[in-house]
Amino acid sequence: MLPFVIRRLVGMIAVLFAVSVLVFIVFILVPGGDPAERMAGKNPTPANIHNIRQRWGFNRPFYVQYVKMMQKAGNGLLPGRHGEYDILRSFDTRQNVVHEIKRGIPATFSLCIGAGIIWLFFGILVGAISAVKAGRWSDRVITILALVGISMPVFWLGIVLRYFLAENGHPLFPDGEYVALTKSPVQWAYHLILPWFCLAVLFIGFYGRVLRSNMLDAMSEDYVRTARAKGIAPRRVLLRHVLRNSLIPIVSLFGLDFAAVLGGGAILTETVFDLKGVGWYAAQSVGGLDLPPIMGVTLYGSFFIVLFSALVDFVYAYLDPRIRPT
Amino acid sequence: MAERLLDVGGLKVRFATEDGIVRAVDGVDFSLDRGKVLGIVGESGSGKSVTAMTLLGLTRDKNTSFEGQVTYKGENLLALPESRLRSVRGNQIAMIFQDPMTSLNPVYTVGDQIIEAIVTHDPMGKSAAKRRAVELLRQVGIPNPQQRVDDYPHQFSGGMRQRAMIAMALSCNPDILIADEPTTALDVTIQAQILELLDRLRADFDSAVILITHDLGVVAEVADEILVMYAGRIVERGSKRDLFYDPQHPYTWGLLGSIPRLDRPKPKKLHSIEGTPPSLINLPQGCKFRPRCPHAFEKCQEEPELKNRVEAVGHLDRCWLPVDDKRGLREATIAGEARVAS
Repeated sequence: MLPFVIRRLVGMIAVLFAVSVLVFIVFILVPGGDPAERMAGKNPTPANIHNIRQRWGFNRPFYVQYVKMMQKAGNGLLPGRHGEYDILRSFDTRQNVVHEIKRGIPATFSLCIGAGIIWLFFGILVGAISAVKAGRWSDRVITILALVGISMPVFWLGIVLRYFLAENGHPLFPDGEYVALTKSPVQWAYHLILPWFCLAVLFIGFYGRVLRSNMLDAMSEDYVRTARAKGIAPRRVLLRHVLRNSLIPIVSLFGLDFAAVLGGGAILTETVFDLKGVGWYAAQSVGGLDLPPIMGVTLYGSFFIVLFSALVDFVYAYLDPRIRPT
Repeated sequence: MAERLLDVGGLKVRFATEDGIVRAVDGVDFSLDRGKVLGIVGESGSGKSVTAMTLLGLTRDKNTSFEGQVTYKGENLLALPESRLRSVRGNQIAMIFQDPMTSLNPVYTVGDQIIEAIVTHDPMGKSAAKRRAVELLRQVGIPNPQQRVDDYPHQFSGGMRQRAMIAMALSCNPDILIADEPTTALDVTIQAQILELLDRLRADFDSAVILITHDLGVVAEVADEILVMYAGRIVERGSKRDLFYDPQHPYTWGLLGSIPRLDRPKPKKLHSIEGTPPSLINLPQGCKFRPRCPHAFEKCQEEPELKNRVEAVGHLDRCWLPVDDKRGLREATIAGEARVAS
């Protein structure tokens, strides 16, 4: 087990490094991205721009800039006092990127954990029902609903939900915004119901479809026939033999999808519902070609992806004895 | 006279599909006594597996219709409600399947799967069930059953998995054990061991065995009575002796000719039965084997009934050819010298 953990850790660091280099290079190459000119404001003098270049190190070779940037990002994570230019700051707002990400985490985690539970539960429920009822009208209705759910873009669904449920006439739900869990758990949940639903819909439809086809495949497996030939009751065959085996691929899907939204991937949902989470912050920064926050959010996101793909491997080994290291 | 366990009469199984009605089993009769081994032989699609699965109600489905009776201890299993039938399944009639690689659930230990079979019909404590599972594994010849009981199926070899399947099937002391091609997926060296094991356990557990195979060589070892099936019906039925030394149906000849044998003169090439089995949706008129039969004549436009045509009582066949003609033609056909007239 230990060699496996070490291998994963080394791999994790390598991936984070590669991601950071890639992001950096991409933004060096993006045209019109000279940050000094933008930072200098409307009518800058050449001396102004030159000054900013010196201060922020934009005149240094790109590899030096890269190393500096990573150092600054590290400083933000570590405790201790650092000077104005030793911390990763946004080019546009001059705010500490690490602090901004930390500020977005409660909203993002609240959104994603709640939505994750909802979509996993309903995805499995919907998939199992439509597999059991395959070909009947209930399966057809679920199939249509699932396809509708998959096809509805979050920005459209979110705005429609807001318009009909949160804005017009007698609103049933608050219109976006995040209320801290510590402030009021009830308001927290109340404010998040629409965003949870909005984010979960796509995944419910998708997981339902995947689980349905997995279960239908499993039902025609020889070991299910064996189980039936043993005289086991149908419900037990379904839960113990069909569902148990069909859930294995769902676990890996969930691990990676959940990591992606946790890592700031729920950009549309956060933006539509005005939840100032990590995804929202990423969207703001990309709009302004603001490299330091983009770098920060990307590293933050890839950390979750790598972490969860390692977790998925562990859970996989637990669920499927064939891939357990012996 | 041994106890009569099973009586199958006029069994028909039909599947409704998009292409039409598949007549998978079309009038099958046989019976089985305690302690006997019945072999059912035929190509893929001859209805042998469907017959076996139907005995256990495993073919029940909204698109399947049944006719006839399957009488087990005075009860017609075909008419039994699903919940009652479940108490027969795996308990009084157990089944093992063709491919032991895929017939065990990969995510549970072999022991768990045997225990599941035990406690389904005989509620007992987990530790008692486990002791029984270990004992069963010992009986089917798994070395170190104490440890191996906690292994997963992928840690077993093919032969061991089939032994584990047999242990599972025997866990409730069934009266009837149905073995559907139990050796097809195994190495030849393991095949003989498994057959021997089945035969020994039949004696130990005093049960009857239905052995389904496409290989006449397999049934030759153990079967008391053999049914040869073609296109969902029985074309020849008799004792092992009848079928090997006085086969009456040209299809049986073809099957005999397609196994290499050391005790016959070496044929120029290994014989195969020409053509393919008929579609079970559009069956040929008359004798179902007619399109592939090298000896077909006008009378074969009408289907012959399954009846006794030779001296040996209980040896039945479905062929119009006079017995003397057949005895004359037989050797050449088995050797592969007769061809279908085109």
